Amino acid sequence: MINGGELSENSFSSLPNFGGEVILMDPIKDKIQSTSRETRQDIVGKVLSYSCISLIVIVVLSIFVFVATKGLATFVVNKASIWDFLFGTNWNPSATDKAGNPLLGALPMITGSFGVTIIAVIFAAPFAIGTALYMTEVASRRGEKLLQSVIELLVGIPSVVYGFIGLSVVVPFVRTHFGGSGYGILSGAFVLFVMVLPTVTSMTVDSLRAVPKYYKEASLALGATKWQTIYKVLLRSSTSGILTAIIFGMARAFGEALAVQMVIGNAAVMPKGLLAPASTLTSVLTMGIGNTVMGTVGNNALWSLALMLLLMSLIFNIIVRFIGRKGRM
Amino acid sequence: MKKLTKIATVIIAASAILVGCGKSNSSSSSSSASSKAVSGKITIVGSTALQPLVEKAAENFQTDNSKVSITVQGGGSGTGLSQVQSGAVTIGNSDIFAQQSDGITASKLNDNKVAVVGMAPVVNKDVGVKNLTMKQLRNIFTGKITNWKEVGGKDQDIVLINRAEGSGTRATFETNVMNGETAAKSQEQDSNGTVQKMVAETPGAISYLAFSYITSSIQEVSLDGVKPTDANVTTNKWKIWSYEHMYTKGTPNAATKAFLSYMKSDKVQNSLVKELGYVSIGKMKVQKNADNKVTDIK
Repeated sequence: MINGGELSENSFSSLPNFGGEVILMDPIKDKIQSTSRETRQDIVGKVLSYSCISLIVIVVLSIFVFVATKGLATFVVNKASIWDFLFGTNWNPSATDKAGNPLLGALPMITGSFGVTIIAVIFAAPFAIGTALYMTEVASRRGEKLLQSVIELLVGIPSVVYGFIGLSVVVPFVRTHFGGSGYGILSGAFVLFVMVLPTVTSMTVDSLRAVPKYYKEASLALGATKWQTIYKVLLRSSTSGILTAIIFGMARAFGEALAVQMVIGNAAVMPKGLLAPASTLTSVLTMGIGNTVMGTVGNNALWSLALMLLLMSLIFNIIVRFIGRKGRM
Repeated sequence: MKKLTKIATVIIAASAILVGCGKSNSSSSSSSASSKAVSGKITIVGSTALQPLVEKAAENFQTDNSKVSITVQGGGSGTGLSQVQSGAVTIGNSDIFAQQSDGITASKLNDNKVAVVGMAPVVNKDVGVKNLTMKQLRNIFTGKITNWKEVGGKDQDIVLINRAEGSGTRATFETNVMNGETAAKSQEQDSNGTVQKMVAETPGAISYLAFSYITSSIQEVSLDGVKPTDANVTTNKWKIWSYEHMYTKGTPNAATKAFLSYMKSDKVQNSLVKELGYVSIGKMKVQKNADNKVTDIK
C-alpha cells in the first residue's frame, strides 16, 4: 500500500489537475467513511440503554452482595450454626445458650411466614379465579370495567391501612368467632387474602384473555355449554398462567411486613395453632431493625432473616420460570 | 446501606461546608445586631418516643433561627446511637444510655439528657385490677401468673403484650421491674399507639406505656400502692422511668450547641415537655446513672 502510494504520487505528480479531482472526491469519501447522524443516534441509544442496564444490574448485585455478606456474618463472624438457624425454635438474639452461642432459631418465623402465605393463597385463589372468569366471560363491558377499577383500587391501598383495618375489624372478628386473643396466623392470612387478591386476579384475567379465541369457538361449536367450555377448555389451557399468578401472590404475601405485623401478634414462638400469636420473618425484621446496632449479633441475625427472604423470592421467581416453560407446550 | 450511609455522610458534610461558607459570608455582611444568630443543618435520628418533642421544639427553634434547618427522623434508639457513632447524623436520640447498648462505644459520645419519661403498666379495663405489687407484675411478665383471678381480678386469661426486643421502652421496663428475670415469650409490638389500641380492645391484655399514651380507654396500674404520676417520678417513688438522651459525637457545631441548650431551656422544659407528657429534667430530685443506680440531687 505504501509502495503503491509512493508510486502513484511519483507517476501522477506531473498532472496539475489531479489535485483538484482529489478535492472533488473527498466529500463522498468522507460521507461514506465518517459516522452519519443515524449511526451516532444508534451509538447514543446503545450507550444509554447499556448504561441503564448495567446500573440496574449493579444495584441488584450490590443489594444481593450486601444482604448476603451481612446475613452470612451471623454464621461466619458470630459462629452460629446454619442448622440451628433453620431448625432451632428459640429466637433470642440478645441471649446466649450455655455453650455461648447466640440463640438464633428462626424456625418459628419461617413457619409463620409459610403459614400465612399458604393459607392466604388458598383463600384467595378460588375467589381470584372466580372473579377473573366473571370479568372475562360473564360480565358486560361495563361490569368488567367497574370490577377492573375496583381491583386497581385494592392495589393502591397502602399496607398500613390494611393493617389498621385488620387490627380494628379482623382481630375482633377472629376473637369472637374463632376464639383466642384474635392475634395469630388466621388473622394474618385474612388480611393477606385481601392484599394478594388483586395481584392474583389481574394476572389470571391476563392469562384467560391470552387463550386463543378459536379454542372457545371450537368448543361451543361442538355443542359444549358455557360452563363446560370454561371448565374443560379455558381453565385447562390457562393453567400455567393461573399457577404463575398464584405464585406471584405468594411472593407478595411472603414479603408483606407491616399489615401482617399488626395482626399476627409477633410472638417469636412456634405457632401452637392458627389462633395463637405467631410471627413472620418480615414482622421480626421490621420490629427489630431500629432497635439493634449495626455489626452486633442481633443486627446480623436480622440480616440473616433478610437473606432468607431474598432467597425465598428468588425461589418463587425460579418456580414462575419453571411453570412458564412447562406451560408453553 | 454502608454505601448509602457514606453517601449521606458526604452530602451532609458537603452541605455543612456550604452552609459554613454561607455563614462566614453572612456574618461578615450582617452587623453585630444578630450576633446570636446561628446557621447550619442539623440531622436528628432515633427514638420514636422522643421524636414528637424534638420535632415540635425544632419547629419552634427554626422560626426563631431561620438559618438553621433541622431534620428529625425516627428509626429507633438503636438506629440513633449507631448513626451518631458512625457520624452520619448530628444528633442521635435514644431512650437508653449508650452504655446499655451493644456495639456502641459510649465514651466517644456526649450525653445530653433533655427529658424524663415515666412508664406504667396498663391493662384492659375489664380485668378489674388497679393495683399490683412489683412481685406480682414480675410474675405476670415471666409467665408464672396466667390468670387475672390470681391477683384479685376476673377469671380471665392474661394476654401479655410485650414491647419489641431491644427497644428503649422494654429496656427501661426490664431494668426496673424484671430484676434480671427473663420475660416469657409473648406477643410483641413496637409502637406505643398500637399497644394502646391493642390493650384497649383485647380482653385480658396487659402491657406498659409511656405516661403520655395512657388514656381513659385503658387502665393504668399502681404498683405497691404508688400511683404513676409525674410527681412520684421526680422522687423515684415511681421507679419505672428513664431519661431521653440526645447524643452527639465530638464537639458539636454552633447550631447544634444552640439547639441543645434550647432543648434544655425553661422555654421548652416548662411548656412543650409537659404538654407532650414528659417530665421536665429540671424537676427531678433524683438522678440515675447508666447502671440504674439512683442518687439524690443535692
